[in-house]
Amino acid sequence: MADRIALQVARYRPEQDSEVTFQDYEVPCQKEWVVLDGLNYIKDHVDGTLSYRWSCRMGICGSCGMTVNGEPKLTCATFLTDYGAGPVRIEPLRNFPIIRDLVVEIGDFLRKLTRVKPWIVRQEEKPLADGEYLQTPQELDEYKQFSMCINCMLCYAACPIYGLDPKFIGPAAIALAQRYNLDSRDEGARERRAVLSEHEGIWGCTFVGECTKVCPKNVDPAGAIQRYKLSAAIETLQSFFLPWGGR
Amino acid sequence: MSELYTEYHPRWLRTRVSTYWWLQRRSYLTFIARELSSVFVAWFVVYLLRLIRAVAQGPLAYQQFLESSAQPAVLLLNLLTLFFVVFHATTWFNLAPQAIVARFRGQRLHGSLIAASNYAAWVVTSAIVAWLVLGA
Repeated sequence: MADRIALQVARYRPEQDSEVTFQDYEVPCQKEWVVLDGLNYIKDHVDGTLSYRWSCRMGICGSCGMTVNGEPKLTCATFLTDYGAGPVRIEPLRNFPIIRDLVVEIGDFLRKLTRVKPWIVRQEEKPLADGEYLQTPQELDEYKQFSMCINCMLCYAACPIYGLDPKFIGPAAIALAQRYNLDSRDEGARERRAVLSEHEGIWGCTFVGECTKVCPKNVDPAGAIQRYKLSAAIETLQSFFLPWGGR
Repeated sequence: MSELYTEYHPRWLRTRVSTYWWLQRRSYLTFIARELSSVFVAWFVVYLLRLIRAVAQGPLAYQQFLESSAQPAVLLLNLLTLFFVVFHATTWFNLAPQAIVARFRGQRLHGSLIAASNYAAWVVTSAIVAWLVLGA
């Protein structure tokens, strides 16, 4: 194992650059170091002007997503030693506007996320005295996988549809909508359907499937979208053939 | 921050998706090939409908259809179509487990079982068609 590893880091300083340039750094390559450790080493010891986002260092906060050697990755979960002698090329997440260096603008995603109401919607709350909303393990199992999403946006960076059509609501927002649609305590499926059934909703997805492959939490957004397409199609058929019921 | 300000922020760098994005990853290329295979599936349907029409019109029309099908260009096209239809079918069956959630006695069935049942249905249908064409 080499003692040091070369990092090629994308730089974009809006006050002086009109495009991304790459800056070479060399950092220690320790067995337990992840790409984020390399970036922190640069920030602390080599070049304090480098900008990037990070917080928890353990794959929970979803802040440190970047493009590592062309692949969308959580840099806190990507080991330097997996890249041999290097160099490791670190770029901002694709498909998002770049604010500075490795920091991207995520407002578009956050606005879309809010539109699908990723919270439990109740038509009427039951009184506190009636206790909690109980769930069986099977009911929990229905949505648990989708609840693992950490909003890291790697799926948006991997999705060519989002890159080509930024109006597409995108993988994580749909997966999180499904997380609540499939929750037995939730009653907001009808409200979410208005957003999800738009042309830029589920029907914008052509099932490339990369979102699922890059997801660090095995959420399977592509599966969530296809499942929703299937249930939306069945509901439409039911409302056509059984207009008096069947929902 | 207003919507307009966000959309046309002068300092943010927006990179365009390359026209050749589908060559950047093997999975993107497979996806594009899968989408393109629909054209060959459509040709296969047209070819099948033409065959049925020829059969309905009588022996002469059927003979003419067989002769036109034996032309090298049509043979080549149909060979290509066979490849893409098989590719389309296998990618479809492999993706089916992600879209379908099936349960047996309350337990969620593993995705491989859903794919396997699709393949099994394909084999059985092909066997019936082969029996009808060759055996009857």
